[in-house]
Amino acid sequence: MKKSIITMSLFLLFALTACQPVDFQAAPPVFDTGMDSEQWVEIPAGEFLQGQFKKETTIDHAYEIMVTPVTNAQYAAYLNEALAADYIQVNGNQVEGYYPGDAFAGGRHEEEIKAGSYIHIPLDDPFLRLSYDGNSFTVKPGWENHPMTMVSWFGAKSYCEFNGWRLPTELEWEKAARGTDGRAYPWGEEIARNNANFYFSRDPFENMATFGSRTTPVGFYNGKTYNHYTTLDSASPYGVYDMAGNVWQWTANVYDAQHYRYMRGGSKDMYENNLRVWSMNNATPTFTSPGTGFRCVRDVE
Amino acid sequence: MQWLNKRYQFLFRSTKGLILVAIAFAALGSAFFGLLSGPMADYGIKDVVVRALNINLEPAEREGRLVILYHSLAMIAIAVEVYMITDLLKMKDNHRLPINTTVTVGYLMVMFGGLPFAYWGHNWVLHGIYIAGLSLIFFAGCLLLVALWPWRDEYRLKDKDYAQTKKGYDMERIAFFMVSLTTLISAIFGAVPGSFYGNGFETFLAENVVRDPHKTALDLSIIGHLHIMLALIAIMCALIIGRWMDFKGMWQKLAMPLYIVGAFVLSLGTWLVVQFEEIAHFIIYGGSTVAMLGALFLVIDSWKKIIRSGLDEKGIRKGNFFQGVAALLRDPVRFGPTWQMVFMNFTVSGVGIFTAVKLDEIFRKWQFMDERSILTGHWHILATLTATILLLYYADLAGLKGKARKWFGWAVIIFSDVAFAAVTVYEMKRLFITEGEQQPLVNRAVLAGDIGVIVLLLALAALMVWRLTDLFKKKGRWQEETTHRLAKKEEVQ
Repeated sequence: MKKSIITMSLFLLFALTACQPVDFQAAPPVFDTGMDSEQWVEIPAGEFLQGQFKKETTIDHAYEIMVTPVTNAQYAAYLNEALAADYIQVNGNQVEGYYPGDAFAGGRHEEEIKAGSYIHIPLDDPFLRLSYDGNSFTVKPGWENHPMTMVSWFGAKSYCEFNGWRLPTELEWEKAARGTDGRAYPWGEEIARNNANFYFSRDPFENMATFGSRTTPVGFYNGKTYNHYTTLDSASPYGVYDMAGNVWQWTANVYDAQHYRYMRGGSKDMYENNLRVWSMNNATPTFTSPGTGFRCVRDVE
Repeated sequence: MQWLNKRYQFLFRSTKGLILVAIAFAALGSAFFGLLSGPMADYGIKDVVVRALNINLEPAEREGRLVILYHSLAMIAIAVEVYMITDLLKMKDNHRLPINTTVTVGYLMVMFGGLPFAYWGHNWVLHGIYIAGLSLIFFAGCLLLVALWPWRDEYRLKDKDYAQTKKGYDMERIAFFMVSLTTLISAIFGAVPGSFYGNGFETFLAENVVRDPHKTALDLSIIGHLHIMLALIAIMCALIIGRWMDFKGMWQKLAMPLYIVGAFVLSLGTWLVVQFEEIAHFIIYGGSTVAMLGALFLVIDSWKKIIRSGLDEKGIRKGNFFQGVAALLRDPVRFGPTWQMVFMNFTVSGVGIFTAVKLDEIFRKWQFMDERSILTGHWHILATLTATILLLYYADLAGLKGKARKWFGWAVIIFSDVAFAAVTVYEMKRLFITEGEQQPLVNRAVLAGDIGVIVLLLALAALMVWRLTDLFKKKGRWQEETTHRLAKKEEVQ
């Protein structure tokens, strides 16, 4: 009996200790995706099939949505402008901004979001891909065209509103992602590893033995080949990219009796079933993560 | 023909044969469908299997597929428990035979109707077979209730060592009856919403809606159903192990009322979730604490017994601490089931209570996906841990002896516990590590979990191969076991 216990324990100990130190800040490979992150596309008003069970739903207005998520470069430029305009403030180790608060319904587990100043981004988090020298923000080398992450719902909303835009509602986001035919993924019904950035998708930016999965540049999955890694063109029927995987994307809705804000699209850290267009994540609006970003919409005149 | 007939008599008419067949199906099902998730998906095995076998993984139907898969495996566990109950407890043969036959046909229909329906396309005949199978198992449960009815004179106890009412009615039998009754009622809480949601086609997994503040009565019913069914299977398992260990004396007399009250209160709490969600949780905590106390008494009594018999074997009248521990650990197959009940407190009950107590303070600050991973891990551990307890009991029934018994017993205990501990670390990882720096911890946890599960499955496979080869022997163990009974107590006919 002793022998069997000792052999099994040694085997386990060996297996569990055979690991090496990890450099989480390793520079990413740099690729030009050829995507213009300033592009917008119009989504027409009308019916679409919404949710897992394809309920007929109508959006009564047309709107434009960003073709790709907001990048680190775009967000850094915004921070410098907004800081200069005193629209946001640096307070200690975070960038903050004012939010007028939500109606409080006293729902179960609901936390009151009062009027006040709330975090937009944490400056001391090593996974923020921006640097701040006390005056201005710059992007850490190599991360310019990657989606902006470590941004709270307040920070995402603030970016959109500063530019005269807004966050998409969940319905607007979903219609832009799947079109009108009820498909499960933006490009169709099946997912391959080179369709999107998800957990264990083996893209050139991930190393599952060390730092794990990381963001890919926005619009990376556009059919181009990067150093022998060939992607599939994974745009939605409206030509919107990164609507599955890479980063979760904040949406605008504030629901009755809860303080959570909802995210759509799945992320680099999720298995592919969480990339289905109806999949949702949620968190408190102050939540920030290396796997959460956003994009904006604007109304059509 | 004679050859086949004799094996058929063993495999489908004897208790040990029925248990063997059910465990073999569970092993095959777990091994095969395990190829479609976790590390097998990570390393591309899933893609190969899906292509080779033309499996249809329609994205919108994933939740429905999982519900059918979970039910298929759960029905096997229920069938194994039913076989054990009908043989361990005094029962008329004209009760035992229809119960076992019905539950066997039921779980086979669930498996062979449900799984092809879920994974290979939608032939509605197969779905009908699946539903008919579930209905048969429910019917078998009703028959079991009739057979267990504890207030018959012939089931009165004479031996005062066992818990009984003033009139001599067997409290243990009442506990078996109560758990069976609450299980049947709780099944309805899943069946009604299951039918409502379009035969499983608008279904959802309970862990996906926990943060939704506007759950419907049917949503809550499914959440309650999920909680209680696993808990009741675990309580029934504890009762079965108690019967195997010949649980009696003071601890048994204390434990039986606790099991009865605990099972009822716990069930009541999960039923009340539908209408009174706020107070239901307190009732659930109360019920589960009471039932767990009953299990603790079983652990105390069985360990005392195992130590005593171990010391007796060595001719030691009063051993010291180390001799006591050595005696306790000398037979992992007997020690294992109750040890797993203790271990359950660290990986299931403890985690569950901690999560409930700190829900708003800690877990609801996390993103939903991190909270969901706790819930998913929680159910997987509880279900698998209960299965290992039944497996260890079966290893004893199968006649595993000598070194093979020790290797099998320790492999199941150590490696399943390593896997459960690893999953616990994985599901609670946000307590120790940020999202950005989690990968090394995740890798270690997944590696430990994979090693644990693989060794557990290898041990199970070895046991199954041993029993399979035995079937080809003219005078194998199967021949003796065709007429074996599990019961040890004199009351059993």
